[in-house]
Amino acid sequence: MPSLKDLKNRIASVKSTRKITKAMQMVAAAKLRRAQEAAEAARPYAERMTAVMSGLAASVGNSDSAPRLLAGTGSDQTHLLVVMTSERGLCGAFNSSIVRLARARVAALLSAGKTVKILTVGKKGREQLKRDYAKYLIGHVDLSEVKRIGYDNAHAIARDLLTRFDAGEFDVATIFYNRFQSVISQVPTELQVIPAAFEGGESASTLYDYEPSEEGILADLLPRGVATQVFTALLENGASEQGARMSAMDNATRNAGDMIDRLTIQYNRSRQAAITTELVEIIAGAEAL
Amino acid sequence: MADTMQFDLVSPERKLVSAQAREVHIPGADGDLTAMPDHAPLITTLRPGILTVVTAEGATDYAVTGGFAEIGAEGVSVLAERAHVTHEVTQAMIDEMIAAAQKAHKEAHPDVVDSAAKLLSDLVAMGSRIGLEPKLS
Repeated sequence: MPSLKDLKNRIASVKSTRKITKAMQMVAAAKLRRAQEAAEAARPYAERMTAVMSGLAASVGNSDSAPRLLAGTGSDQTHLLVVMTSERGLCGAFNSSIVRLARARVAALLSAGKTVKILTVGKKGREQLKRDYAKYLIGHVDLSEVKRIGYDNAHAIARDLLTRFDAGEFDVATIFYNRFQSVISQVPTELQVIPAAFEGGESASTLYDYEPSEEGILADLLPRGVATQVFTALLENGASEQGARMSAMDNATRNAGDMIDRLTIQYNRSRQAAITTELVEIIAGAEAL
Repeated sequence: MADTMQFDLVSPERKLVSAQAREVHIPGADGDLTAMPDHAPLITTLRPGILTVVTAEGATDYAVTGGFAEIGAEGVSVLAERAHVTHEVTQAMIDEMIAAAQKAHKEAHPDVVDSAAKLLSDLVAMGSRIGLEPKLS
């Protein structure tokens, strides 16, 4: 049975924890709004880009002159997994759900006899993956100094990917990130970026003239497409992180409230018990006289 | 014939301009071109240069550094990696871009050294057109 003083201290400490989680929730809510706006603002570019590229890819894709970024290297022996996680913790299952998906993929690839390389973005995922797959990690992108994710960050990652691809370090690149659905639901997603895969590769409805040539444009666009996809993934991930943190902190705040209620009841009960005991002692003492 | 068309200038981070335009001068990779309403559908890549949009209120110049333009039935959309209104472009920005291009040129693979040189000279030309003489080293 904890003493009254212990209980009092306990209540005070849970109360201050609740204050912190509440503040974190509010900060996350504000950041979430900004992250969502950024993701929203980036959408027109990504959509146009994909529309134009899938139109082009459909018309050029099957010819022999298709660029390697589209057609692939002709093999799928070496896989590069780009695992995007957050730089900070306290955001619920956000990081572990991405890592779980990536881990399942690594296991599947390894058992199929493929070579796996892992590039991590964000230190939380790196910490988790290092335990089992340290020998597959080939690089890490640190975004902890970045306050607001810009296109430059995505561009740098994409350039790194393209350099490695040109050097023949891998055949297939897949990015893992959390797609933002709502504050309470973020969907871990894997997206193949190299070779570029387009859903519903139908030809563009309008017949365009191309300057310089279809292949020329495609060769120019594909690297940009990779950067755009990385950028979209980073933004979605950013929004998801804040969403996950917001709901995690909301839960924490509520739990802290419940705990305070329970402790307060316990505190009051033991206080009353102490008073009753004292009274009984006094009465018993008076009667004995 | 409609005398205006929808014009969108989009960068990866946000939509910069969305307006009704009478004509748009585009610095295409193979040469400049002007798009007016009912232009034939065309997709072209951009070289660094000045993009001019003429609306009912007048003309606005934007400095763009590559990307592509899509001219379709419903209008023109330009997807540029970096785009700024010309009077917002500073000497420092030009210098930085040119320094990056020079570095790329020096390190360029022999196969692509020509395109790197072209990129560099396009940037220099763009700088001088806005009246910011680049420092060439």
